[in-house]
Amino acid sequence: MSLKAITANRLIDGIAVWLTPAGRWSESVYDARVAEDADSLTAMEAIAADATKACTVVDALPIDVKLEDGLPVPTKNKERIRALGPTVRLDLGKQADRLGKAA
Amino acid sequence: MALIKNGTQVSDQWLVAADDTPVQADIPTIVSYKRFLAERDTLVRSRAELGVKLVPGDDVSAIAADLPRLQVVALDFPKFTDGRSYSTARLLRQRYGFQGEIRATGDVLRDQYLFMKRAGFDAFQVKDGAEAQGWIEAMGELSHYYQPAADGTNAVWAERHAIAAAE
Amino acid sequence: MYRYDEFDETLVKERVAQFRGQIARRLNGELTEEEFKPLRLMNGLYLQIHAYMLRVAIPYGTFNAKQMRMLAHIGRKYDKDYGHFTTRQNIQFNWIKLEDTADILEDLATVEMHAIQTSGNCIRNTTADPYAGAAVDEFEDPRIWAEVIRQWSSFHPEFSFLPRKFKIAVTGAPNDRAAVRVHDIGLTIKKNAAGETGFEVMIGGGQGRSPFIAKTISEFVPRDNLLSYLEAILRVYNMLGRRDNKYKARIKILVHEVGIEEIRRLVEAEWENLKGETSVDLPAEERDRIAAYFRAPSFETLADTDTGYEARRFEDRDFRHWVRSNVVAHRQPGYAIVNISLKPTGGIPGDISGDQMDAVADIADAYALDSEIRATLQQNLVLPHVKLSDLPAVYDKLAAAGLATGNIGLAGDIIACPGLDYCNLANARAIPIAQQISDRFADLNRQYDIGNLEIKISGCINACGHHHVGHIGILGVDRKGEEHYQLTLGGRADDAAAIGEITGPGFSADGIIDAVDNVVETYLSLRQDPAERFIDTLERVGHTPFKENLYGPKAA
Repeated sequence: MSLKAITANRLIDGIAVWLTPAGRWSESVYDARVAEDADSLTAMEAIAADATKACTVVDALPIDVKLEDGLPVPTKNKERIRALGPTVRLDLGKQADRLGKAA
Repeated sequence: MALIKNGTQVSDQWLVAADDTPVQADIPTIVSYKRFLAERDTLVRSRAELGVKLVPGDDVSAIAADLPRLQVVALDFPKFTDGRSYSTARLLRQRYGFQGEIRATGDVLRDQYLFMKRAGFDAFQVKDGAEAQGWIEAMGELSHYYQPAADGTNAVWAERHAIAAAE
Repeated sequence: MYRYDEFDETLVKERVAQFRGQIARRLNGELTEEEFKPLRLMNGLYLQIHAYMLRVAIPYGTFNAKQMRMLAHIGRKYDKDYGHFTTRQNIQFNWIKLEDTADILEDLATVEMHAIQTSGNCIRNTTADPYAGAAVDEFEDPRIWAEVIRQWSSFHPEFSFLPRKFKIAVTGAPNDRAAVRVHDIGLTIKKNAAGETGFEVMIGGGQGRSPFIAKTISEFVPRDNLLSYLEAILRVYNMLGRRDNKYKARIKILVHEVGIEEIRRLVEAEWENLKGETSVDLPAEERDRIAAYFRAPSFETLADTDTGYEARRFEDRDFRHWVRSNVVAHRQPGYAIVNISLKPTGGIPGDISGDQMDAVADIADAYALDSEIRATLQQNLVLPHVKLSDLPAVYDKLAAAGLATGNIGLAGDIIACPGLDYCNLANARAIPIAQQISDRFADLNRQYDIGNLEIKISGCINACGHHHVGHIGILGVDRKGEEHYQLTLGGRADDAAAIGEITGPGFSADGIIDAVDNVVETYLSLRQDPAERFIDTLERVGHTPFKENLYGPKAA
């Protein structure tokens, strides 16, 4: 299995977030917990299901990541754009808030 | 299950019968559309109060002639996003002049209440008492309507020009 | 333009309060996301890649300076100081918080605006000719009927849970500027032999995965029966439209599968029955009340032209070019229709900053009759009634706000959906392709030489960028994780509407820019004279020479 993280949108403001090792939700993909095996992903999905039920997040789903300098980075275009912000407005989104380094 | 009718929670007197359950004269019974078509002659002659339940896709015109014999027509919402029963309800009220109860069953949510009421529903089978309270609150959410429908309320244009409802 | 009375005002406010309650019930867990989603969509609220997106309706594209200032305010207070005009006379804000949405809608209601039914499986914002009330070729203002339809379709008890979304467009002119043939229902106002006003009704047009040009279901529906006829169509669709597959749920698929003759029979039978029931058709008093809001504004009696305007046009080449591409003849002597391009060279199509919104509002207040503004299907704006004598001042003020790009209808006037930069459904980015094409054609003289050319780009098969009806259409797809672009030629959205044909194998993100350039060069080499437009040349010579130049003689 490729490395996985779990992303979602926070219910109250819709901001893209990632599940952290502490079971919280961070606005930075670099804080994401990385699952290396199916058991670990199952445990993360259970936490995400609870957070969905508790109305903390919506649309939680696992995404493919790889490690760059020890930090998780999404591999798919869409997830990279989620993690950084619009490629056509570098002044907006995570990339502008220094939550994601520029692509 | 709770039944909301005329803006309040009421007790439900009706048995929704499985297709192999005999209809008894003293028990008001709702049968399926399929069974009604198959056993029509027997059912309309029985002394029981009768209702028929239609699911989306059933053709309401097939029971139109028997509507005067029916006290209830139940229209099912297998999913609340399936809007076919709204059309069926309007046909019952506005085309076939059905005067009895039109009951919404299935995935029936309070946020659809005003649409259902205007389409001609007057009874709503909902999940429990707490939800019933919410339904009663939902009734006052809009005070005017842009278009005439099956509930006899005036459209906004009728209010604007003080034109009496056509019905 | 239409103004709310006490009923409209009450309803919009009640709708905000209703949605405020629904948001609260979502946040406290009473409503699941599955239950809430259709409710928020019917209030224009999507959940996209980065945040919630709010789509605000500009009914039939008509609004005014005060409303534009409110949009600027919404952008500043609740979003990131900009908005994005869409291809359906709406504006979108991309960074909205769920917890702010009811406040935003309340602010919008103070200027008679809303986001009602801008999404969801219901009847959407009805669109109309952006030149309505000003165009030379118009015989009746389509906005009267678009407003009639807006009211009829709002909170419709029977048609709020349709199989899929439902879009209606109206035009009152023979030259179709409302793309009525690619809508679920397209309406063209016409007169019958007896001189009565009515509508040619077309149904089943649309783009997306299976594009279709609408078919005429009725050559003439009398105007006073329009609503009952629409109700008959919608009922047939609600009952028979497919609900088993979201990609086959639009009315175009029903028309395609059942056939237009059978649909016509069903609709006519339903309509006959409806005539005997409580009528949804408006009484004359209400029709006249609505029509009165769309009477011509108080035009001054002016000469056909203006010396100051003519002098500036003679002296200033940039002004002259801007007038040639962006200013359109008005039916009233001494007036003009001014198009404001939201397509600066290398810019994001349809995007406008808060300061630019304010600038347009100020210009509309100073120079546009009744401070009126329009939003177009091409993601641009229009000042419908401007005096010729004011054109130099309007141009200078637009230029100062960065809004005087003279490229309306030209290669730089590109339609693009938000694509993968913003949209959850997208497979590829659309905006960067638009920007690169715009940069490639940055030389306005080259654009003037090329003439009318409509380039339209979608980031997925849903076709929000209208690529099917672009003279040059581009569709972004995902090919093994790489953005890849298909090219179509020959689409058009006007009265000769047609779906474009795919040229052949697709292109990389870089390759597609060269491919567009290649197609344009082929056109320039083949046209009979500079007056022959791209689309005319293509229709005259066929696709083969274009394919040969793209792929080589063998591949074509």
